[in-house]
Amino acid sequence: MTKRIADRFAELKKANRAGLGIFITAGDPDPKTSLDLLKGLPRAGADFVELGMPFTDPMADGPAIQAASQRALKAGMTLKKTLDLVRGFRESDKTTPLVLMGYYNPVYIYGVDRFLDDALKAGVDGLIMVDMPAEEDEELCLPALKKDIAFIRLATPTTDDVRLPKVLTNSSGFVYYVSITGITGTASGDVNKIEQAVARLKRATQLPIAVGFGINTPDQAAAVARVADAAVVGTAVVKVIADHLKQPAEAVAKTHKFIAELAAGVRGARVNA
Amino acid sequence: MSTVNSFRTGPDEGGHFGIFGGRYVAETLMPLILELERVYNACKADPGFQKELAGFHTHYVGRPSPLYFAERITEKLGGAKVYFKRDELNHTGAHKVNNCLGQALVAKRMGKRHIIAETGAGQHGVATATVCARFGMECTVFMGAEDIERQKPNVERMRLLGATVHPVTSGSATLKDAMNEALRFWVSKAETHFYIIGTVAGPHPYPAMVRDFQSVIGIETRHQMQEAEGRLPDTLVACIGGGSNAMGLFHPFLDDPSVRIIGVEAGGHGVSTGKHAASLTGGRPGVLHGNRTYLLQDDDGQITEAHSISAGLDYPGIGPEHAWLHDMKRVEYVSATDDEALEAFQFCSRLEGIIPALEPSHALAHVMKLAPTLPKDHLLVMNMCGRGDKDLAAVLGHLERRGRPI
Repeated sequence: MTKRIADRFAELKKANRAGLGIFITAGDPDPKTSLDLLKGLPRAGADFVELGMPFTDPMADGPAIQAASQRALKAGMTLKKTLDLVRGFRESDKTTPLVLMGYYNPVYIYGVDRFLDDALKAGVDGLIMVDMPAEEDEELCLPALKKDIAFIRLATPTTDDVRLPKVLTNSSGFVYYVSITGITGTASGDVNKIEQAVARLKRATQLPIAVGFGINTPDQAAAVARVADAAVVGTAVVKVIADHLKQPAEAVAKTHKFIAELAAGVRGARVNA
Repeated sequence: MSTVNSFRTGPDEGGHFGIFGGRYVAETLMPLILELERVYNACKADPGFQKELAGFHTHYVGRPSPLYFAERITEKLGGAKVYFKRDELNHTGAHKVNNCLGQALVAKRMGKRHIIAETGAGQHGVATATVCARFGMECTVFMGAEDIERQKPNVERMRLLGATVHPVTSGSATLKDAMNEALRFWVSKAETHFYIIGTVAGPHPYPAMVRDFQSVIGIETRHQMQEAEGRLPDTLVACIGGGSNAMGLFHPFLDDPSVRIIGVEAGGHGVSTGKHAASLTGGRPGVLHGNRTYLLQDDDGQITEAHSISAGLDYPGIGPEHAWLHDMKRVEYVSATDDEALEAFQFCSRLEGIIPALEPSHALAHVMKLAPTLPKDHLLVMNMCGRGDKDLAAVLGHLERRGRPI
């Protein structure tokens, strides 16, 4: 439901700070560890969660998130089990927004209507579908909006002023600005350019602007937090999980510790600026 | 059969053939794809562009390719008159160059000097590297590590032509993964690089654009058959991986109801074994690589690995227009196994002195089943879309393992 997202960004605005969005892949490295990871995200400092739906062919993702997807699939993850994870998360958390991020085919095979109903029931607040541009809105975006699930669109450095209105038309929840021209986890964006891009988006929409792709450290997260409404970190988090595959409990603890560092960076950003 | 007036008017404005096709790509690529569509439409309508392309067809590729009456195969099979459309005689040894030439000229118009491509068998990679050398463009080819092993001569050829061959080790390290990696690379270089997709798949406008560039095959066949026999052919047969050679042959005949059209998918070890690349026979609709089409996938929508003896057919999808023609029942789709293709490979080499690529060997395998059942005045055209030199080492290995050395 879209209200959780709106409420969270309103709280952040009131507190005059940016939010921290954390991406992990559902079922990575295995379903049980993944649930532990997920449940601990809000306490570690995540203001909202992006939960990746594993897919065999993640065309917009770099090696780290590709590997996470493969680990999850190997551990038997399915879209149905991803929704089970969300349900598990909602048992202990009713306020943190959770959006599913991924590629369309598993959703298409699950069936759009059935998926939207089940996702809403499980406690999903929004969708980020990497391979669903505005041109294909009728298929998933509009049905999702009708059911009060936010459809969060990616805007990129190649989205020029002519195209931007089309991208924003059916966007809801927040706008996800991809700070680099590329796939996840490859490079870091230039903060000055990000600031200009956020300003350009702000002129065109009332929606909050989250920035992601290429934020790897607490310092980078803090720099983005000064100029945007939220910073999203994925690859760097997934890498911590990948570094502790032999000890799941350690993976959970180390990941949460890293997120706490990111959160400290984001929370202190405007105070220290 | 169906209610449409024509099978040749697709796609619609959004790039859809019925429910298939579309533009399922990341936002980073959308502005680029829209720009490509605009420029391509301008090229299509520009007589200057068409003239330049035709000049290269004649003097560089060696078109028109002959329509050859395969007399000894006809005699041996004892039924239909079998003709080969000899696209294996093109410069670079396959039909792929028809498309690469066209797209390179479009890239030139867009002012792009950097070209990327994916390749399976290496034929599209070689054709792309060739046109890049000819136009002074920088070329990067993404190729699965597994395919690099299977198709060494083509890898050497690409390097000789000045291309960088980028090995892809993710997933099954074959054509699907090469395409993933090419798309990832393209996303990071969207403003400077042109992606020459090798088949009638990918986001709109690629399926239509590649089809248009390959349609020269069918257009020539119409004229040539008219000259040879004074009428239209009765049956067309072509192999299908993504389906570009088949679409090129079929498209100009789609509105001729007397022409029976058959696409042959790669049956691998047999469709019932699950180890195959027959997405129409053994798959169902899904979304991958920018379009909706039939895909090999599991119940969770995860893409499964294709298998074929032929690296060029080893792809879990098929062009969206084929998916539509399948559902409309205008084109029949069948499959041929690895073993049948190997047999056809030897059969053709011995009887006609033509060593076919493993890809059209699948088409020929079906012709070997079909032709004997047809009357002697039945005109059958098979697209001989590539030559087999590149496959020699692989074929010899397979035959030895099967205890049938040459």
